[in-house]
Amino acid sequence: MLADLSVSLWRGGKDGRYETYSVPQRASQTVLDVVTFVQRHIDPTLSYRFACRVGVCGSCAMTVNGRPRWTCRTHVAKVAGSGHLEIGPLENLPVIKDLATDMQAFFEKWQKAQGVFAPTKTRHDEIEQIRPDSAARRLVDAAIECINCGVCYAACDTVRWNQDYFGPAALTRAWTLVNDERDAGGTARLQAVAAAGGCHSCHSHQSCQELCPQSLNPTAAIAGLKRRTTAAYLKGEIKA
Amino acid sequence: MHRGSALWIAAMVHRLSGLALAIFLPLHFLALGLAIDGEAKLESFLRWTDQPLVKFAESGLVFLLTVHLLGGLRVLVIENLDWRDGQKQLATLAAAISAIIAFIFLARVF
Amino acid sequence: MTMRLYVWQRATAALMVPLVLVHIAVIFYATRKGMTAADILSRTHGSIMWASYYGLFVSAASIHASIGVRNVLTEWSPLTDRRAGSFAVVFGLLLAALGARAVFAVVLS
Repeated sequence: MLADLSVSLWRGGKDGRYETYSVPQRASQTVLDVVTFVQRHIDPTLSYRFACRVGVCGSCAMTVNGRPRWTCRTHVAKVAGSGHLEIGPLENLPVIKDLATDMQAFFEKWQKAQGVFAPTKTRHDEIEQIRPDSAARRLVDAAIECINCGVCYAACDTVRWNQDYFGPAALTRAWTLVNDERDAGGTARLQAVAAAGGCHSCHSHQSCQELCPQSLNPTAAIAGLKRRTTAAYLKGEIKA
Repeated sequence: MHRGSALWIAAMVHRLSGLALAIFLPLHFLALGLAIDGEAKLESFLRWTDQPLVKFAESGLVFLLTVHLLGGLRVLVIENLDWRDGQKQLATLAAAISAIIAFIFLARVF
Repeated sequence: MTMRLYVWQRATAALMVPLVLVHIAVIFYATRKGMTAADILSRTHGSIMWASYYGLFVSAASIHASIGVRNVLTEWSPLTDRRAGSFAVVFGLLLAALGARAVFAVVLS
């Protein structure tokens, strides 16, 4: 029999506190299993988010022993070395209650960075032929699998220090669109990511790249945006 | 904790060394400006800097300058060249090179 | 950071890479045992080369350091972006003035 886990969960809003629970350990247990156990068997007032519980939806991200992670894909055995877990809501986002955060700012910045596809064709036009091995498409494919989990945003110190900063996810999505041949966003999108709080605020700490559960590389995507915007600026296509 | 990662530390060292150099620079300019009234004042200042403690601080400055330069190169490479692997090792190497250069400076002045 | 500040920051950084490397060599040379102020000044006096080199260095450093300081202030201090910018401009001008004076001191006085 494995010893019980000591699990501290954040309860309340911004001015809440950690409360500790005792949770039985099981083989192959995930952190999400632990949180779910508390809510179902100890305290039904615990608030938290999850959906797919198999690592494809991005809903269950939380701060686990100081690091933002997908709780459904984090084995307890991997992180609770000392038999203790501390689980809190994602950082850099307002806490609604307990382990659930308000992701509105995250998505608003997505819009500000123009991380939205701008179509050029209608259903009546011929389908665009995109070669998957073209240089541009390779860049898109390397950055497209973002599921908006918020781990990068929570990990980023520049987000923490600079309220205006769009953050890694929004900028990475903008980058995929900049490289998408079908997209008509053009210089307007470059202007958007060159705004205050845009790509130039990134200091290449690379916490995003290190922690992204999808192995994306926002640092590289943002560096790409820096190059494109600088070129556009020097050519007079966008303003300061 | 991702905050302890080599690249995060590299960025932090870059920032802190920059701040330190920014504070140092006006003092450096004032010291050199002593030569305005002829070499005597500059000479007595230079002799003041012969003290071991000052030499130690100077080697610290050499470290800060070198590490800031190398950290800046890190940023310029990431932002302007293709992505490369092995960045953590390069960051650690940069810190080591800076320390060695500062140490050589210190060794020479004693 | 705006586009303009970013470009100036990175451009002065790139410019200063070779300038700093030369400066480190100068530091090592100038701190050899027995070097006096007279030794140093006799080498810099009336030198167009040193005036140009350090004049360029001071200009680049003033721009680069002030933008850097602005970034740190906007992220780590409670100052507004505008106040941080004003402080940075003043700081940059101070560096440029003191730096120009220092270059003058070693080359011309």
